Parts: sequence; structure tokens; C-alpha cells
Amino acid sequence: MGFPILSVMIALPLVAALACLFVGAKAARWIALAATLADLGLGILLWHGYEIGGAQWQFTESVPLFGRFAWALGIDGIALLLIVLSVFLMPICIAASWEAIEKRVPEYMAAFLLMETLMVGVFAAQDLFLFYIFFEAGLIPMYLIIGIWGGADRIYASYKFFLYTLLGSVLMLIAMLWMVSEAGTTSIPALMAYDFPPEAQTWLFLAFFASFAVKMPMWPVHTWLPDAHVQAPTAGSVILAGVLLKMGGYGFVRFSLPMFPVASAELMWLVMGLSMVAIVVTSLIALVQEDMKKLIAYSSVAHMAFVTIGLFAFNRQGIEGALMVMLGHGLVSGALFLCVGVIYDRMHTREIVRYGGLSNNMPKYAMLFLLFTMASVGLPGTSNFVGEFLSLVGAYQISSWVAFVATTGIITGAAYMLYLYARIAYGSARTPEAAAMPDLSPRELAILAPIALAVLWMGVYPESFLAPMRNDVGAVLARLAPTAPESDAKVVIGHPKPAVEAHAEAHH
Amino acid sequence: MSMTASLALTVPELILSVGALLLLLVAAFGGDGFARAIGWGAVALFAAAGFALTGPAGNGGPGFDGLYIADSFAAFAKLLIYIAAAVSVAVAPGFFARTGGGYRAEYPVLILLSGVGMGMMVSAGDLLTLYVGLELQSLSAYVLASFLRRDTRSAEAGLKYFVLGALASGILLYGISLLYGFTGTTLFAGISDSLAKGMGTGQMFGMVFVFAGLAFKISAVPFHMWTPDVYEGAPTPVTAFFASAPKVAGMALLLRVAIEAMGSGTDAWRQIVVFAALASTILGAVAAIGQTSMKRLLAYSSINNVGFALFGLAAGSAEGVAATMTYMAVYIAMTLGSFICVLQMRDRDGQPVETIASLSGLSRSRPGLAAAFAIFMFSLAGIPPLFGFWPKFLVFDALVRAGFWPLAMVGIATSVIGAFYYLKIVKTIYFDDPAPTPFAPAASKLEGGLITLAALAVSPLGYLAIPLLDATSMAAARALF
Repeated sequence: MGFPILSVMIALPLVAALACLFVGAKAARWIALAATLADLGLGILLWHGYEIGGAQWQFTESVPLFGRFAWALGIDGIALLLIVLSVFLMPICIAASWEAIEKRVPEYMAAFLLMETLMVGVFAAQDLFLFYIFFEAGLIPMYLIIGIWGGADRIYASYKFFLYTLLGSVLMLIAMLWMVSEAGTTSIPALMAYDFPPEAQTWLFLAFFASFAVKMPMWPVHTWLPDAHVQAPTAGSVILAGVLLKMGGYGFVRFSLPMFPVASAELMWLVMGLSMVAIVVTSLIALVQEDMKKLIAYSSVAHMAFVTIGLFAFNRQGIEGALMVMLGHGLVSGALFLCVGVIYDRMHTREIVRYGGLSNNMPKYAMLFLLFTMASVGLPGTSNFVGEFLSLVGAYQISSWVAFVATTGIITGAAYMLYLYARIAYGSARTPEAAAMPDLSPRELAILAPIALAVLWMGVYPESFLAPMRNDVGAVLARLAPTAPESDAKVVIGHPKPAVEAHAEAHH
Repeated sequence: MSMTASLALTVPELILSVGALLLLLVAAFGGDGFARAIGWGAVALFAAAGFALTGPAGNGGPGFDGLYIADSFAAFAKLLIYIAAAVSVAVAPGFFARTGGGYRAEYPVLILLSGVGMGMMVSAGDLLTLYVGLELQSLSAYVLASFLRRDTRSAEAGLKYFVLGALASGILLYGISLLYGFTGTTLFAGISDSLAKGMGTGQMFGMVFVFAGLAFKISAVPFHMWTPDVYEGAPTPVTAFFASAPKVAGMALLLRVAIEAMGSGTDAWRQIVVFAALASTILGAVAAIGQTSMKRLLAYSSINNVGFALFGLAAGSAEGVAATMTYMAVYIAMTLGSFICVLQMRDRDGQPVETIASLSGLSRSRPGLAAAFAIFMFSLAGIPPLFGFWPKFLVFDALVRAGFWPLAMVGIATSVIGAFYYLKIVKTIYFDDPAPTPFAPAASKLEGGLITLAALAVSPLGYLAIPLLDATSMAAARALF
């Protein structure tokens, strides 16, 4: 591979970010849009060039630049799709902030471009410490985005976001240092094949869990998320929900499962238990929210619990389902935050009761919002159905109780989303301002339409997304196979008598 | 070894002391009119001394029958010390000119003499060399702290520093006398041989007192009380000096005493170091939260950072010592950068302001300065991709490799507490509404250039220096083992 496409994808937004700092607002917007679109183009090339069924790690680059660790990049199918998701959402975020952000535009655009650099870096890093640096560095731009361009209570939210995530991550760093001194390599593929001593695995697993559970976020360390989502500007919420939360799931599937299979099996009850609580509790909390963004934030916690349930089901359906939920939720929750942003830009309130009857004066908006609501509920034909169905199938194979409790989340999910939609779009407007709102502008339509198409594509033909990941899920499963826990169903294969024989006997 | 050969090992100290005396003569005959020229002369002398390290002074081994050691460890530390001292000299005239004079020709001379003392400290092979070097450094520092004679805060800082410093010197000297009494020698090599036969109560007491005296110099908890007061009261360039060069010298001295003289008693001193490290990181982080003065906050930040650097020593391995030295190298870049930023905090009349609140909304009035501040704060907090992350990474790596991973867990968790107050500065600069009275515009290209240089060093570009830093710090550390 001659052309270092991953390095270019990482460097391009960084250069653009620096350029943004030295120009005015208008130029900064165009630079940001151009850079993110160029990165999207590279992302499409990447997907196009990715050889399904080829080598596990493709587009690899490795330069021992830093002595102790290397500038090592490379992707498998899982990383590929998450990178594509990131670069797909970025131009949308820039366009969504085109008019909504008025103050300190160059710095805003620079922060977002820096974020893109770091997101691509996280998914592309093949060196443990390089991954950590990208993973951790994302805190700085997000802290600034929430703190500078956020809502009224932005300072509290930014601190909470930063310190919560930092505390989780530093414990992971110590575990990484131990792993490297034990295994003698910083290469992620090599570590994925290394068998750590089982007694150490539990500690390592817990240290990584501290980081990824916060990032995911899992109950009960999810409390930073509603604050951060509510206070962040619209595009910040989109990136937060769309990509940053996926880093937790990516961490589980890249590190926790293949590197510590013994501990993963032992501590499965912990993950499953927390996920079950999360699904039930946060769904109920979402049901009573008065703030649109908060409602969607809590629904994110519930949806992320489907990811953890699927990942820790230790079978193909579960893991593939979990990855599909990650991709689907990335699109759908991003789109829902954008939908909220559209009406927030017009009325500057997130209170549900101030709206109503929007299907009368904003038909295009109501239709798209309905599509994303249905996708969030998990309607067949939309992206989330595939993922949630698969991860529940996977969970059912391992524990019928988990599947039972998790399925209630589908019902409550439908309840809070449809209730939200009904209050906003149906009936008659509760305030004159709501009745006077104009429908989507061409810019807003251009933002939402690509996501709508992607949601339908993923729902109708999920094979495009499942195919690149298939072998990589297989590789994870191969690592898990020796320790995979037994199913609680105790299915016994029966021995029914062949029907033909019975017929023959009846004749005699 | 002949006298000439021994003298050749001390070329940097000779350059600095002879140069200091000559400059003092210039000052005596020329008066304060020559102050700026003398300052540049001092910078040139530091450069020459640094250059001299490429000769036998850099790696010549012990001289004067073991009293003085010129190894790569000393050279590494001296290089850092000279850089920090030169910067402290270079930024001083501007500061004193803006605060209504008070810059005198003695300032660079005192820093030069202090540099001689620090050079002796890091090259000491004997407890008496150590003590003489330390006192030479300290006496210059006491005068520097009270350099603004008419300013009561500065005078108070000098007096406080002197009284407490004298107490610490007394404690150190008592420890030295105990060690001499119970081991029969003041040479590090001799003490090491004696301790290898077993550590008695007397030696243990001597060791504890020596460590206590040295802990004062690097302001490790529980001997940190002087730091915030002195840092706040002393003129800012002097504070920048205190926070950088003597810290490196004190830390290097501590490393040499711990490894070279007491390496056979590692288990005995490790508990002291672990306590001091943990207490420093925790207290440095918690006590900083309530501060309103930027200089006091940076004082607690230096206590906090010294704690992290001590974790490397706690590992007791060559990797740990190398990590601590790398830590000090990155630390002086961060701390000098921060203090030069503090030098930019001036109201319209040019008078220095020090409150954190005055930084409100700096990102809008002075975006460049604000960005530099943010880089230094995130770097001090140890957040990647800034280079301040790397030394923390190294010390914890050394701890984990030495098997102390629970300590590493606790240590790194305290860094999260510290992150809180660094974030507070960034919050004030970026999130708060602009202060009613913006700062005076940038005064000097030199300070701007130094800030840019320091900011680039701690930016992600710093990672490219890792192979070089690794090689030199490892070579330095191996010289001790």
C-alpha cells in the first residue's frame, strides 16, 4: 500500500483546524466543510478499497517514530465502518452549525476538525499507546465545545464530562503499562493474540471496564451523559452520541473481549446485570423527561445497553448485532439531535410542552422526524431493527432472562419515543410561536436526508455493513470460544421417530 | 587523578564563577547602567558552561578523589539547570522595567552564583560537596527572593525562605553528621559500602534527616509550607527561577544520594519517598483548588509535579531515575512557559496582576496568550496529546515495571484531582465573560518567542523528541547504578 490513506485522513482535518484559527468566520466555515467533505471522500475510497475477506488488517502503516511506541495504523472491518460513520457525520455537523453558531466560529470549526482527527485516530490506531493518546486527547476539544458553545449550565456539564472520563481512562493506562511490560509489545494485533495469565485478566478487565463503561456509558456511571448532551451545542451532541459513545463499544470488542477472554466470561454477569438495569431504569427515566435532549440522551443509555448485552453474549449474532446497534444508533441518535436542533434554532427552548402540532406547519420535518423516531424504536426496515434483533437473538441463546428483561426495553422504547413524537408533531400547537415555525430550509433538508437514506439502507440491506465485519467478528469469537459460558436454556436435542416409519407401521 | 585533570571536570563551574566575579566587577565600576549588558553576559556564560559539558566535564567520571563527579547524569541535570537559569535571567529586565525599576546588576550575578552551587549539587560525590553546593545555591536564592527591597511581600518572602531554609539546612547537616558518625565517611561510595553491611538505627536516623533536608529543597510534602508564600512574594522572574532550576538540582541531588549513597538501603528510603510522593500529589492538587492567585496556584502545581517525579524514584530502578529526569526536563518547559505567561498578566498601566479572575475571557482579548496558557495547563494536568503526558507515563511505567502497580493506580488517580484546577484556569480563560479591564498588549518579542518555544516543546511535536530524551536520560540514569 503506497498511499498512506489513514495518515492523510488523520492529518487533513488537523491541518484544516490550524488553518481555521487564522481566518475569519466565513472562511473558517468553508474550510471546515471542504476538509470534512474531503475526509468523507477519502472514507468512501477507504471502504471501496477495503477487501472483504482479505487480510484481517488492511491499509497498515507503521513508523517507529516515538521510540517506545510506533505510529502504527491499520483497520479491520469494525474499525472501517466506525471510521466511515465518523467521517459521514462530520460534514453534517459542520453544516448543522452553519448558522446556529455565531460566536467564535473559527475556534469552533477548529475544535470540530481536531475532534475528527482524534476520532479517526482512535479507530485506526494499531498501537496501544497511540490509541490511548487519541482516546484521551478527545477530551480537550469536547471540553471546549461544551464549555464555550454550550447552554446555560455548560460549565458544570463540561467539568463532569472531563473528570468522569479522565478518571476511567487513567486506570486503563496503568493496565496498559502492565500489559506491555508483560507481553513486551505495544502492537494491538499482537496483544489480541497474547494469552494473559487468568488471574491478572480480572484486574486488567476491570481497569479497561472503568474506562469503557464510563465512555459507553453504562449504568450507573452514565450520569455525565444527560448533562453533557443537554448543554452541548447540537453538533456537539451529534458527535457525542454518534461517535464518542461508540468508542466504549469499540473498546470492548477490540480490547476487553479478545485480550481478556477468561475475565470476560467470568465477569459476564456484571456487564449483563448493569445492562439489564440500564435498559429498564433509563427507559423509565426517559419516559418522564420534559426536555427533548435529555429524553434522547437517556434513550442513548438504554440503546447502548443493547450493545453491551450483544457483545457479552459470546456468539456471532450477539456481537454482530451489537456492532449494528452501534452504527445504527450513531446515525439515528445523531439525526434525532439534529431534529431537536432544527426546532431549537427556531424557538430556543427544549421543553416539549412548548411545541405541538408541528405536522401541520412543518410537514417535511414531521415526516423525517417520524422516520428517525421509528428507527429509534426499532421498526423493521430501519437500521436499529437489525442490530437490536440480532443482539436480542444472541442474548437469548445465552440467557433467556437477559433477553426477557432487555426486550422490555423495546416496548418502553416505543413508548417514550412515540409519546415524544405525539407531543411534538401531533395535535395542535400549544404556543403561537410553535404554530408559526417555517418548515425545513434546503440546508436542513440536505443535512437530514443523507442520514435518512443511510438509515433505510442499513435497514433494508444490512449485508453491506455486516459483510466487512464478518471475519473480524469471527476472529473475536475464535478468541472467546474456549471460555464461552454455557447457555442457561439447556436445550437438549430431541430424537423424534422418523415420520415415514410411523406411516409404515400404520399400514401393517 | 592530577589536579589539572580534576579541574578540567569542573570547567562549567569555573566558567560560571570566574564569569560571575568579572561581571560583578563590571557592575561595581559600571553601575546599574550596565545591568542589561551584564544580563546578556550571564546568558552567554550559561551557554558557554553548557557547551563545556561536551568536553571532559560531561562524562569525565569522578575527580578530586571522589568529591566531585562529572558523569552523564550530572551533565543532563546541568544542561536543564543552565537553560532554566538563562531564561530566568533573560526575562527579568522587562519585568523590573515595567514594575518601576529595581533591576540591578546583581541579579544576573546572583543567578550565576546560584548556578555554580547547583552545578556542585548535582556533581556532588561527597556529603560536604553537597552541602557547600546547596548553601551556595540557597544563599543566592534568599537574596533573590527579596530582590524588590521596597516591596514588603518580596522582603517577607526572602525572610521566610531564609528562616525555613536555614532550618532545613540544619536538619540536613544534622543528618550528615549522623551519617558521618555511624559510617565513618562522607563519601557517597563509602556510605554505600557501609550501608551494604546492614542499616543500623543511627544510619537510619541520618538517612531520614538527610531526606527531610532535601525534601525541603524540592518542596515535597510535608516540607512544602514555604513554597506558596515565597512563590507569591518573590518577583515573578525569580519565582520562575525557583520553580525550575533549583527544583531540577534538588531532585537530581536527591536521586544521586538515594541511589549512589544509599542504594543498598533502597527498601528503607522507599517508604519515605512513597509517602512524600503521594502526599505531594494529593496535597498539591487539593490545596490548589481554592487558590485565587495564579502564582500560588503554580506553587501548588510545582508541589504536585514534584510528587509525580518522586514516583520515578520510588520505583528505585534505572528506568525510574530516567523517568524522573525526563519529568524534570519536560517540567521546566511547562513551568517556565507558565511563568512567562504570568509575566504577561499586566493591567493597562503595566502593573502586574496575579489573580486568576483577571484571566477571564482572555481568549478573546489575547487569543495567542490564551492558547499558550491552555496548552501549559492541559500539559501540566498530563492530558495527552500534550507532552506533559509523557513524563507521567514514564514514571508510572517505571512503577509498574518494578511491580508497584497498586501504587501506580493510586498515584494516577490523584492526577485526576489535579486536573480539576488546571481545568479551572482553562475555564476562566475560555468560558467566562471577558474581564472589564483587558491586559496591556504584549510587551516584548523575547517573551513572546520564549512562550512560543515552550508551547511548541510541550505540544504534540514534543513526542518526536522521545527517542533523544529516552537515550540521554537512560544514559544519565545508568551513570548512577
